[in-house]
Amino acid sequence: MTLDFARQSAYFWALLPEIVLATWTMLVLVVDVFRSSDHPEESRAPVAWMSLAGLVVAGAANAYLLSMREAAPTGMIAVDSFRVFTNFILLLAAGLAICLSFGYLQRRHIDRGEFYVLVLFATVGMMLMAGSRDLILMFIALEVMSVAIYVLVGYHRQDPRSSEASLKYFLLGAFSSGFFLYGIALLFGATGSTHLPTIGTMLGDGVGTASPVALAGMALVLVGLGFKVAAVPFHVWTPDAYDGAPTPVTALMATGVKAAAFAAFIRVFAVGLGGVREDWAPVVWVLAALTMVAANLVALTQGSVKRMLAYSSIAHAGYLLVALLSANQAGAAAFLFYLLVYTVMTAGAFGIVIANSQGDHERVSLEDYAGFGWQQPLLGAAFGLFLLSLAGFPLTGGFLGKLYIIRSALESDNVPLAVVLVLASLISYFYYLRVIVVMYMRPAASANSHDQAGLAVPGRAAIAVAAVAVLALFFAASPVMRAAESSVASLFPAAPALFGMTP
Amino acid sequence: MLQHTTEAVGAHGTFHPFLLGWIVLLPLLGFLINGVLALMWWRRGPAPAGPEPSEQEAHAHGGDAHPGVEEQHPAPLDKPWTRTLPSLVAPGVVLAAFAIALVNFWGMLGAELHEPVIERYWSWMPVGSLQVDAALQLDQLSMLMTLIITGVGALIHVFSVGYMREDPGYPRYMAYLNLFIFFMLVLVLGASYPVMFVGWEGVGLCSYLLIGFWFKEQANADAGKKAFIVNRIGDAGFLIAMMLMFANLGTLSFSEVFAAAPGGLAYGGVVVTAVCLFLFLGAAGKSAQIPLYIWLPDAMAGPTPVSALIHAATMVTAGVYLVVRSSVLFTMAPTASLVVALIGALTAIFAATIGLKQWDIKKVLAYSTVSQLGFMFAAVGMGAYVAGVFHLMTHAFFKACLFLGSGAVIYAMHHALHATHNPADAQDMRNMGGLKRYLPVTFATMGIATLAIAGVPPFAGFFSKDEIIGAAWLGAGGTSPMAQATLLGIPGTAVMGFIGGTLTIAALLTAFYMGRMMLYTFFGPNRTGAEEERHLHEAGPTMTVPLVALATLSAVGGFLNVEHEVPIVGWFDFGQGAALHHWLHPVIAGSEEVVRANLGELMEPHHAWWPIVLAIVIGVGGLLLARALLNPDALRPAGVEPDYTSAPERVLYNKYWIDELYHALVVRPVNVVSQVFYRVFDRGIIDGIVDGGARMLQGIGLYTGTRVQTGQTNTYAFVIIIGVLVVLGAFTL
Repeated sequence: MTLDFARQSAYFWALLPEIVLATWTMLVLVVDVFRSSDHPEESRAPVAWMSLAGLVVAGAANAYLLSMREAAPTGMIAVDSFRVFTNFILLLAAGLAICLSFGYLQRRHIDRGEFYVLVLFATVGMMLMAGSRDLILMFIALEVMSVAIYVLVGYHRQDPRSSEASLKYFLLGAFSSGFFLYGIALLFGATGSTHLPTIGTMLGDGVGTASPVALAGMALVLVGLGFKVAAVPFHVWTPDAYDGAPTPVTALMATGVKAAAFAAFIRVFAVGLGGVREDWAPVVWVLAALTMVAANLVALTQGSVKRMLAYSSIAHAGYLLVALLSANQAGAAAFLFYLLVYTVMTAGAFGIVIANSQGDHERVSLEDYAGFGWQQPLLGAAFGLFLLSLAGFPLTGGFLGKLYIIRSALESDNVPLAVVLVLASLISYFYYLRVIVVMYMRPAASANSHDQAGLAVPGRAAIAVAAVAVLALFFAASPVMRAAESSVASLFPAAPALFGMTP
Repeated sequence: MLQHTTEAVGAHGTFHPFLLGWIVLLPLLGFLINGVLALMWWRRGPAPAGPEPSEQEAHAHGGDAHPGVEEQHPAPLDKPWTRTLPSLVAPGVVLAAFAIALVNFWGMLGAELHEPVIERYWSWMPVGSLQVDAALQLDQLSMLMTLIITGVGALIHVFSVGYMREDPGYPRYMAYLNLFIFFMLVLVLGASYPVMFVGWEGVGLCSYLLIGFWFKEQANADAGKKAFIVNRIGDAGFLIAMMLMFANLGTLSFSEVFAAAPGGLAYGGVVVTAVCLFLFLGAAGKSAQIPLYIWLPDAMAGPTPVSALIHAATMVTAGVYLVVRSSVLFTMAPTASLVVALIGALTAIFAATIGLKQWDIKKVLAYSTVSQLGFMFAAVGMGAYVAGVFHLMTHAFFKACLFLGSGAVIYAMHHALHATHNPADAQDMRNMGGLKRYLPVTFATMGIATLAIAGVPPFAGFFSKDEIIGAAWLGAGGTSPMAQATLLGIPGTAVMGFIGGTLTIAALLTAFYMGRMMLYTFFGPNRTGAEEERHLHEAGPTMTVPLVALATLSAVGGFLNVEHEVPIVGWFDFGQGAALHHWLHPVIAGSEEVVRANLGELMEPHHAWWPIVLAIVIGVGGLLLARALLNPDALRPAGVEPDYTSAPERVLYNKYWIDELYHALVVRPVNVVSQVFYRVFDRGIIDGIVDGGARMLQGIGLYTGTRVQTGQTNTYAFVIIIGVLVVLGAFTL
């Protein structure tokens, strides 16, 4: 089906996955309201299952998108296979987060249906953000996503750390949204449009063509997106928000939110502003280097595994920025591939953090993991696998992903950044391996200190899926890599010369 | 799986290999089944207190011989199938492989091939110009080796069922044994040096695992380690040889190397000599030749059937196989070949002298194996490739028989000593004596094998050993392709004359120490003890049937290759003639081509009658000499019998103190140097840099972390504002 955005009805088809998911979410909300008034004390598992089903249906609608073509890239939303790919990642991230929250919410006495509704609404926002080709839609989507996430971070109202994290995240998020919006306004002022392809055309190609107003706009948009992907120095909110949030929410923030922001990042900078690459690339270069080095250094000093993983996710934003900077298709494909690997291994790692919590105790300090590997052999082995993959150890998807990023950086003659990446991940080995050492080589406090560790069946399934995916993305990576390459090709239809497409 | 097969057209029709891959796969399948069983049992875990003390006690009797220990302790194998299934599967897969090999053998007999049949499965190492296929090659030599490995292997598997059935690690043992057969078949069937190397390393691994099978005893684990390390030295030689070949010929598959070598390398040149010497280093490691023989006697720490299969009949002969397989190269490097022959001859006599004074029955056989391998290397080094393979085959028969026989003796001794809780050594011949009354089948079969190894006609060893010594005398007369070469200025004919003399003396010593072993074990009064005597009895049919089969082969195996023109030997030609020569001719045709091209026609050998008479005199004489000089009636049990006192006896008993010499010259210096490196370099410098670096980075992280991550929202907003200003400035200024 070819979509012509001159007709409004085309948007119905173009937005099919988002419409399906939003409608389904409202349905979930209604069902939950009726159920909870009848049985206020009952488990919310049916709601969670229904939410998972909604993700599956949205996934099917998303796959249906593949059959559609757009007549011209004039719509506010993109219809290309890049969007389909990122949507799948976002749905996967949401699905893993929901699976992991099954027993956790009950244990912390916050098992209410709104949780799942908020996750789904946030997912709708993420999908819109990742697919938008217009800055205004992107901003609205960002807000839809963020508002839901603010609430989710503070979902445990009785826990002061959760509330505090939520307030901090909200204040700083609003702050950075202001910058983002101001940047959009400046870009609109300079080019007369919020539509990314139009902005690109108006700015033209080459150095010095962009006016100071446009440059200032670019800078502020970069700040806004940098805040959402948690690039240093706009990452300051991350450790506190990740640490305070209920862990499934942390997993969702580290995977889904970040992936959506990165997809928007690539649409704005690599595609829309690709023509004036020389203007923004040096700044992003510095942000990438700074993010990798600072995040890994600070991660070294963390005594809390959850906080360490927060810094680890910041560090990975740096790696992804490197892929984004390699202005070629290999870089964008490496970016997509790594995004997928990152999503599964990070969700898996947070899943283990969830498994290790007991009742209202989060048990996130390093000492709480002593002997974990022996008393919970399967979970311990899975955690070891995720950590090794995060570090980029061979035989895991993390290794291959990093390899692709380094290769793309080298192909675009970005040798210094590749060196920084390698050195930074070298540092990261220390704090990832330290957890493994503690897990296996330090005796547990007592012979049954990890007996209560564990997950509900869906959570265990999520861990298993993530573990298999981490391995599969090493051993059978080529189909995924091919899919990433073809989706990236759809991203750059207009500028073949710039991105080095060779016939 | 892609598969291309070259169909070989022989003189009498085409030959298509029958299920060639399955010969190799079946033992692997057996390994997997037994391995899963072993793991399942291991997961459940043995009863923690059960086997421990009994094992200690078992080892007090000597290195070997677990059998029967569990009689009084309930076996920890709780399911009957953990013993029944390996007993069926392990010998079953090897027997099936043997059957398939026989079918192929039949087909090859009819076809008379001139070219090997190669089956390609997939491209294994396509790296640049190096193209290595995962391919198997079937020709007359690999066919013969396959028959020996699967045939003798199947008999030893059956013996193992009786010998090891009660051991707590039974499934694990059978899994290793099957894995060994798999790797050994890869070794002999591989179509290129790299594939052969896979098998080469694999059998080394299995050897290590099986020597240290009872790894709870430190000595056994050490013996396994020793074998592994010594073999690595040899393997380095193999690897260097492969690299040299690839650098100079650009290929590593057998057919291409042997086709390219005569034109691509200079006859007698430096390159081919180096390749051959490095290959021989590998062979010396695997086949226990001077100076790398020291691991084999220690390898007797493994279960006795393992000694029979791996350390006598198959794996240790892999070096001989390697030389014969590379006969084209070795013929092109006559100097290197002379080195091989000389080392072989020296090993033969050296090990034989040590064998004269050992008390441990397995040690005698171990040194005998080293010595016999020396005979084989002497043969192939002199260009008598068929004689080497012939002796390899007969040796596989009689030495496997002798080892299994010694296993039966140890089994009986162990049961007897165990029944009375006597801590005496079950392997020490001083504790045996007169066993022929209690173990008649073992005595008869071992007796036949002893006649065979001593070279008494018409038993198998007589023909093969005589062919080797005869080749030396003929070589001294100038008919060997190595005769015209020189070694350090000494002409090849002189070297081969020396070899002939050396081997003759070694053969005499062989007959003598074998006679000694039989006398002390089976004749004279029993020294085990009055109470123990009543418990001595023959083992069951799973152990006696393989013995009988191997003894039969030891008796008649020699008739396979009878040279009609040799005096006396020719009497035994019943029409079969030199069948093995004829069979193996296509394999060594390439080397004959090399000889013709570089040396012209060699003179016809003239067989004199005196070497044959000498050989018979030596074989029979050695045994009689042992009977005349040694008196089993006067021997007393181990603790009572005084140690050797005279200087020569002590030198031989202590194996010339070679182990101690190596320890002082190699092991200790290496230890000292590595200690220095460990303390100064590793701990001091490397660890210092790493630890210091980590501490410094952590300091930086801590500083920035605490300064920035204060938890105060206004600090965060401030940091973001600074960031915004910097980014804005970077864009617009």
